[in-house]
Amino acid sequence: MNWTTISAAVEAWRARGLAARQRTRRLRRRLVVFLAVVGPGLITSNVDNDAGGISTYSLAGAQYGYALLWSLIPMTIALYVTEEMCARMGVVTGKGLSDLIREEFGFRPTFFVMVTGFLVDLGNVVAEFAGVAAAMEIFHVSRYIAVPLAAMAVWILVLRGNYRQVEKIFLALCSFYLAYLFSALLAKPDWLAAAHAVVVPSLHFDAGSLLMLTALVGTTIAPWQFFYMQAAFVEKRVGPRQYPQARADVLVGSISCMVVVFFIIVCTAATLYASGHRQITDAADAARALEPLAGRWASLLFAFGLLNASLFAASILPLSTAHVICEGLGFEAGINHKFSEAPIFYWLYTILIVVGAGLILIPGAPLLRILLLSQVGNGIWLPIVLIFIVLLANRRDLMGDKVNSRAFNAVAWTTSLAMIVLTIVLVYVALRPGRFPGVGMTLP
Amino acid sequence: MLHATELLGAEAYDAQGNFVGRLTELFIEPADQPNRVARLLLGRGKYQPLVARYDQVAFVAPGTVRLNVGEGALEHYRPNEAWLAVRKDLLDQQIIDTSGRKVVRVNDINLAEQRTNGTVELRVTQVDVGLTGAVRRLLQGLAPPSMIRRIQEKLPARLIRWEFVNLIESDPLRRVKLRITHQKLERLHPADLADIMEQLSPAERQSIIASLDEQTAAEALAELDARLTTQIVEKLDPERAADIIEEMEPDQAADLLAGLSPETSRELLQEMPGEEAQEVRALLRFDENTAGGMMNTDFVFVGETATRDEVVEWIRSRDINLDQLDVVFLINAEAKFSGAVRLGRLLLALPGQRMVELKAEPLLFVSPEAEDKEVLEMFDKYNLRSLGVVDQGGRPIGAITVDDVVTRLRAR
Repeated sequence: MNWTTISAAVEAWRARGLAARQRTRRLRRRLVVFLAVVGPGLITSNVDNDAGGISTYSLAGAQYGYALLWSLIPMTIALYVTEEMCARMGVVTGKGLSDLIREEFGFRPTFFVMVTGFLVDLGNVVAEFAGVAAAMEIFHVSRYIAVPLAAMAVWILVLRGNYRQVEKIFLALCSFYLAYLFSALLAKPDWLAAAHAVVVPSLHFDAGSLLMLTALVGTTIAPWQFFYMQAAFVEKRVGPRQYPQARADVLVGSISCMVVVFFIIVCTAATLYASGHRQITDAADAARALEPLAGRWASLLFAFGLLNASLFAASILPLSTAHVICEGLGFEAGINHKFSEAPIFYWLYTILIVVGAGLILIPGAPLLRILLLSQVGNGIWLPIVLIFIVLLANRRDLMGDKVNSRAFNAVAWTTSLAMIVLTIVLVYVALRPGRFPGVGMTLP
Repeated sequence: MLHATELLGAEAYDAQGNFVGRLTELFIEPADQPNRVARLLLGRGKYQPLVARYDQVAFVAPGTVRLNVGEGALEHYRPNEAWLAVRKDLLDQQIIDTSGRKVVRVNDINLAEQRTNGTVELRVTQVDVGLTGAVRRLLQGLAPPSMIRRIQEKLPARLIRWEFVNLIESDPLRRVKLRITHQKLERLHPADLADIMEQLSPAERQSIIASLDEQTAAEALAELDARLTTQIVEKLDPERAADIIEEMEPDQAADLLAGLSPETSRELLQEMPGEEAQEVRALLRFDENTAGGMMNTDFVFVGETATRDEVVEWIRSRDINLDQLDVVFLINAEAKFSGAVRLGRLLLALPGQRMVELKAEPLLFVSPEAEDKEVLEMFDKYNLRSLGVVDQGGRPIGAITVDDVVTRLRAR
């Protein structure tokens, strides 16, 4: 044994150690890259299950049992297809959707989209605060305390707090939706029938189920998601090389969203529909769907989940709306600006929260009418934004070789047309409620 | 003063009073004159559009254009990439405001009229990026021009002079034809330039890096978000990327290369001249969360027995970055680290004073494996602006400066 062999052995050992460290560093880097990319898809899909979403899905299950489950797979496809186009555009062009619409379609279309979006989102914010009010009422807290507190909390949180950290907490709390999974299991539904209903369409052409179908579509596929998702990918600076991860995020997000919807519908179908409680009127009724799981604690579980979802959505929606509008119209935007530097941004955000929360507090406010109008606005907004998205994703000068393939285009145009038709139906019915008696819209 | 929004869509009449077409586009020929509207495009529905030259225009007003020639004298339109189109290339697009040092979106263009014996020349004076332009775009065609003008008087105007506008064009060939240079950008502070680049799309960022000189490109990349830098460098040719990286400080270069894939960084290191590649390679060996990963191998060291005059001469004779210099390290007769002299003391020392008399107490340094937390604590405790990094043999191998510390603190 001489020094050369010893030092050679030590060198070899050190080289292995270095290589191992480099490998773990590379693995850590890849994990960091993945975590840095993932998020927008998951967040948008989880915020889908907000106050309005839960009410709609609970209603669907309670009133129609498993009959509407067949729409889940087409909806997942539609959701994935549109969100994927937005993610792809964000990753390839590095610009947000409002920027692209402005640059390619001009000022007036952008202005129209922004104004409609503002009004629709205002309706959504009202629904979120209504969710907060309903949830807190299950805890026996008056809405006149709960809603202002919630509004202030959201306002301060977003403008002063570390928004990114809190976003992660909200996301983690969204695992509450597993409560519906467990409840569904405990309610012992007819899984075979449910599975059958998912795969085999049962088309009823009566006004009620058509309306419920369009409401399902409208609440699941909301245009603000597209703006938010594309802007989130741009802000995360996801480049074309990380596109596969971005697409995976969108896929996981859409599927997980629909899985939760499935369980909410099955859960309410197996409990409320089966036991005859088919007309839910308030959150307490929907909470009863959780009794097999939680018994007396069912309503508390439900209320907590609803509160979490509503606060989450109430903190995301106003912020992203204000951002999108300011960027589309060329105003300064962003929390890192002072009020004097970005007045329109801050005013938009504050108006959305104040008016949204305020409308809930005014006794006798025509909340149903407002929500209806919001749905009508959505019906106008969704087709236009969809058409813009598909047109933009087909532009070779923007997307290079990542334009839509022909197969993708076929799917994209079909889903867009289907959604457009459905939302026009919804608008028609919403504007003429007299002709469709027995169809109710309820607030959580 | 006229606005492009008021003119687009105007009805054009020839010298005999016949209707020729509608004004659909204004073209500027940057190769000829950077701000003159050289051509006017007149659309005629299903007929081929005609083009009027600047010297064929007799009268311009919102909604009307009158030419001083007959329709027959006008040319047919043929697309020309060397023409800058106001509606297509400017309106609603992003431009760089080099005076405000940010990226803005064009709402409208202001034009000045210049009357010269029978013709009217339009010249671009300002770009409107504010509320006045937005309102005009919205109401154009829906409300009479006089009312629009009355409304806009009450709104605050955000205007940028045409000289401070830097166009953004991703296609390199078109950039040449439109005479887009980035000389104005090169005069900006690298941090402002990086800020501007962060607001652009990837293709536009790439085009700017491609047209800057290597020194400016290196300075801008060093200030840019690490993720963006990686994306940009990966799309450059290895030679061009290596040329830019050579211009960076070794620690910045090491940080950049550490973010790339191993194959790419190896390729780039091979393109760099040996000495600099070696320095960077040495830095890459250290984990980024240690003192070794924060340090710069570019530092000044002199013997502790050197006099003040000798040191000043020494600094003068070498190619040292004076903006970053604020300490001189000392080594003793065994080439081991023995202290540091701050530049303030060096400045006021007598010509014959030896460095060893000026060194700061106590003797402070870190090993390259020290954790970044430890380094930050030392900087805070001793109010340091630079800290020497010393290896196991006592030899100085690098220096950590306060700007690296600040970057590290902000990243936490």
